[in-house]
Amino acid sequence: MTQMEQILPAGQRDLRVDQIIKLAVLAVGGQGGGVLSNWIVAVAERNGYAVQSTSVAGVAQRTGATIYYVEMLPESGAQPVFSLAPAEGDVDILIAAEMMEAGRAIMRGFVTPDQTTLIASTHRNLATVEKVVPGSGISDSATVREVAEKSAKTFIAFDMEALALKAGSVISASLFGALAGSGALPFEIESYRETIRASGRGVEKSLAAFDLACEAALERRRDPEVVPPKARPLTADGPARQVKQLEALGARLAALPLPAQDMAKAGLRKVVDYQDLAYGTEYLDRLDAVAAADTAAGGAEHGFDFTLNAAKYIANAMCYDDILRVADLKTRGTRFERVAAEVSARPETLVQVTEFVHPGAAEFVSLMPRWLGAGIEKSPGLYKLIDRMVNKGRRMRSDRMVPFTMLYFMGGLRHWRRALLRHSREMAHMQVWLDTALARLPKDYAFATETLKARRLIKGYSDTHARGLGKFDRVMQGGALVAARQDAGDWMGRLIAAALADPKGEALDGALATIRSFVTPDTEITARA
Amino acid sequence: MAERSFKKEVEQLRIGAGEVFRGEGILAITKALLENGVGYVGGYQGAPISHLMDVLADAEELMGELGVRFEANASEAAAAAMLAASVQYPIRGAVTFKGPVGANVASDALANLASGGVTGGALIIVGEDYGEGSSIMQERSHSFATKSQMWLLDPRPNLTSLTQTVKHGFELSEASNTPVMMLMRIRSCHVHGAFVAGENRKPELSVRDALSNPRRDTKRIVLPPYSYMHEQEKISQRLPAAMEYIRKNKLNEHFGPEQGKVGIVVQGGMYNGLIRALQRLGLADVHGETELPLYVMNVAYPVMEDEFLDFCAGKDAVLIVEEGQPDYLEQAFRAILHKAGNNPVRIEGKGMLPMAGEYTGKVMLEALEGFLRAHAADLLPARKRAPNRPEDADDVPDLSKIVPIRPPGFCTGCPERPIFAAMKLVEEELGQHQISCDIGCHLFSIMPPFELGGTTMGYGLGPASNAAFDGGGERRPVSFVGDGGFWHNGLTSSIGNAVFNKSDGVTVIVDNYYSAATGGQDVLSSRASNATKQTKNPISKAIEGIGVKWVRQIDRTYDVGKMRATIKEALSTDHEGPKVIVASSECMLNRQRREKPLMAQAIKEGRRVEKPKFGVDEDVCTGDHACMRLSGCPSLTLKMPEDPLKDDPVAHIDTSCVGCGNCGEVADEAVLCPSFYRADLVHNPSGFEKWWAGVNSKAIGWLQRRRAAKRLTWIETMEPAE
Repeated sequence: MTQMEQILPAGQRDLRVDQIIKLAVLAVGGQGGGVLSNWIVAVAERNGYAVQSTSVAGVAQRTGATIYYVEMLPESGAQPVFSLAPAEGDVDILIAAEMMEAGRAIMRGFVTPDQTTLIASTHRNLATVEKVVPGSGISDSATVREVAEKSAKTFIAFDMEALALKAGSVISASLFGALAGSGALPFEIESYRETIRASGRGVEKSLAAFDLACEAALERRRDPEVVPPKARPLTADGPARQVKQLEALGARLAALPLPAQDMAKAGLRKVVDYQDLAYGTEYLDRLDAVAAADTAAGGAEHGFDFTLNAAKYIANAMCYDDILRVADLKTRGTRFERVAAEVSARPETLVQVTEFVHPGAAEFVSLMPRWLGAGIEKSPGLYKLIDRMVNKGRRMRSDRMVPFTMLYFMGGLRHWRRALLRHSREMAHMQVWLDTALARLPKDYAFATETLKARRLIKGYSDTHARGLGKFDRVMQGGALVAARQDAGDWMGRLIAAALADPKGEALDGALATIRSFVTPDTEITARA
Repeated sequence: MAERSFKKEVEQLRIGAGEVFRGEGILAITKALLENGVGYVGGYQGAPISHLMDVLADAEELMGELGVRFEANASEAAAAAMLAASVQYPIRGAVTFKGPVGANVASDALANLASGGVTGGALIIVGEDYGEGSSIMQERSHSFATKSQMWLLDPRPNLTSLTQTVKHGFELSEASNTPVMMLMRIRSCHVHGAFVAGENRKPELSVRDALSNPRRDTKRIVLPPYSYMHEQEKISQRLPAAMEYIRKNKLNEHFGPEQGKVGIVVQGGMYNGLIRALQRLGLADVHGETELPLYVMNVAYPVMEDEFLDFCAGKDAVLIVEEGQPDYLEQAFRAILHKAGNNPVRIEGKGMLPMAGEYTGKVMLEALEGFLRAHAADLLPARKRAPNRPEDADDVPDLSKIVPIRPPGFCTGCPERPIFAAMKLVEEELGQHQISCDIGCHLFSIMPPFELGGTTMGYGLGPASNAAFDGGGERRPVSFVGDGGFWHNGLTSSIGNAVFNKSDGVTVIVDNYYSAATGGQDVLSSRASNATKQTKNPISKAIEGIGVKWVRQIDRTYDVGKMRATIKEALSTDHEGPKVIVASSECMLNRQRREKPLMAQAIKEGRRVEKPKFGVDEDVCTGDHACMRLSGCPSLTLKMPEDPLKDDPVAHIDTSCVGCGNCGEVADEAVLCPSFYRADLVHNPSGFEKWWAGVNSKAIGWLQRRRAAKRLTWIETMEPAE
């Protein structure tokens, strides 16, 4: 046969070209994509395929997005010409080792409805840019999933990371299992297992993860629907009198508007846990007043959104984060059990727990009785002296008697909380906020509800807490500027979102500047012109 | 100890003639070097040829048996200079480094080498770091070959071609007394394939033997009048000799029919990408048999004028597929045609193909379609000839608003993270500073969450790139350099420069015990023992030796407080002259690789082992994420709380945590929050320890029960499974 005869007539595809299987793996550096692609090469060779794989080594793998690429064709003696990199619109199997990497693959054109089997682990491995946002910067997996359903010929998606962890292995093994179970490669499942066995290290656990994922892929299993957290039941053990009182408080929940009841239940649980049952009564008293105002303002039409948000944020405001609470939470028996479980402690091991606490003078003074704390704050010299004494990082071994007892004692101080400086400040602050929201309720329901939501901005300890308070104040000021407008609620929502977008509050400054630009009195503009 | 071990793979380097070798490009290259009687090898690590250095290091024993000398050179310049052995002696030598940045560093030695010429074959294997996965500026190494007149081979990326190219590279070098550069593109370094091996060969003259019989020929030394002679010799003798060899041995290949209306000229390295595009258009079969005439340039320089003109003869149009810019080949071809005069062939190249950027599958397919539609539409399948609508592209969903960017960053437990956390805290206190960075993992500081540093000017040049600010001012300039860059040339170019010029600046030397970014190779200051290298040479001693008077050595970078205080001290001291902080802690990737098996062994043997892990008390965390902004650790992540009262995700530390300590330190130093705790799991505790823990635990348990009895404890009923 001469060379010319081998050549095909114009424009007619060599059908074997379509038999080249093109497989790409998109992973995050450190996920073991190299192990996976080695297995894929090995299983293909085991099945009589000519294979070529390529990868990009180097800093690209240091936790960044990276790509492995494999092509294969049944061995025929002569060497096929394979491509070294995936081409947009020409990938048969795409394995995404993380949900956003699946999104990246789609975005890059590697997933097409006529050709691509997309195998994606639905777990999230958050990128730094998602984590640094003060609010929630987590990208929306649901959108990626929706697009993936449309973009791929076959979409196999479940949490392969969870299966790997369950088997005590790593995700490369469960991805390999999902590939086997997808049936996208014409190989017997047993030959995959043989490949793992031949690779030699951690075989048992790899096989376990492989089998779990293979089965899930064969069944085309999907993750269960994510249900939003429900309010936990209001049942408790303890002194009989307290249990009875709790039941009585629980019964009061039924009087609240139905849509707000669950949130109120969670709130009640939180405030009682934080302080005592009397605090729960205080909470419900406040909520009753809010509900009455809500009903009067036609809350039924709005699904009692105001009461619902009040239930949430009043509870949060009443349970401000102070040292007493931290000490209380850290010294509970249930917490010790949780920590032990987290490090997989066994009876023959010991768990040593070190707490990192760093109180400053502000925290210390705010924990003093009102008269004493306020007095010290008026004397800068004394205040500085206290700061020098207390302001340093402390590491406390909470599994040791002495440090534990110190924390325990602090936790016990909650009985005197109502008499402390911090408490009087927090309650006054809450009252102003709540009154402002209630005052806005009859005029503008949405605006009033958004006013409640501004409470979300107050969180953290020390400087973080101060920064949150600062943002809260600025958002409330911004709210006051737009109060007369019809879209005041929208603006309030925008201000809150802006405040949560970055730590320094640059987005918030921008939003406030915009508001100031249109609420400036006309007279002023005229005067300047 | 390098990140990746090739100990197992290098055994395959022993196989003999006729056996099939299966493995990666870098291994195939090593095998080919041995088969071709190489006398010495060396180089400097850097993607994409880092692993070639690792393979060579791991193959040191085998090479020793063959009498081949392996040198892990101090820099690319040192590697290139080593090729001097091939100037006077008929010994084959090969070195490797990345291009073009490595070639930049090496170019002084390369120019001298190329001027005097070589007697033994000299091969420079350049890892062309271009396109996806590259971490450097996008340039070509091509011009280094042309300016110094070294021949440039750009082979087709399959193992047979790569190994053949090594053979021809040596022979071509010897036939023309000229060093030869061989390009390895990113993916061909790690392309997995097979080729038929040959027998390993001892060098005809080993470097040891050469030492016994030294020789010299003054004419080969670069000094007038010989340097003028060299230039003439390059043109009158070496170039024709090279062209003769290339022609005779058919280094450039032809595929497809001899005649055709149109043809394609392609760089060898781009061949597979072109064939894939032809396959997709139905113009090539799986084996690459095509009906378009192809001229594949496995030799990118010198350009074979006659071969090109012959190829153009009788064709209407020729497409030049040349990735990257400037378009050196296209310019050369156009000049050739211009000189030849009256040639009717139409040249297409840049324009049909983009001037800049990687030629991905899509780019190649679209360009090829465009070319054929313009010059040979009859070759295209009907649907491509007059498409009703532009295919693909537009229907790719846009997820750019959702999918987050994921640039490389510090690994879990990286000892460099606390250095930059400390720097960020210093800036929060004292304001922003002029900061210059360097090459290495520490350059990830420019990314979120740290966002520190404004420039990176080259390996070991971080402090030097702050030289304009050496005079000081209200705030001192700060620079970073890694241990790799420091030994590469930072000691002289950066620190020596600062000492000599009485710089007022602050320099932080990030010492992680390895050349970590390139894969954990040892450097002079590595703390590990290395059988063939002298390690354990402290950086602080070197900088004191060169004249730095203000030196602070920090032996645990995770101590954020100390780190922060030291940086502040450096920024505020009255000391005149450079202030240098050496911040040392072992690269966590390498440390884990080293310690994990030892720990497992110790636990098994019943010895006491403490395993630290950090955790977050979910109900204490308020979800502000201030800790994230001083970390970016992959193991410190977020999760949605189960509490419906919380709006924002809370911090969470996953199982990959290695307990480095950064979380706790930062929470302390930045006064963040008390959510973090460290839990040390003690394996095989001593009897006394167990007893004492028991006593503590009993007392604590009593207190806990006492309080629990006086308050309500929630009963968490399990939700029925769905």
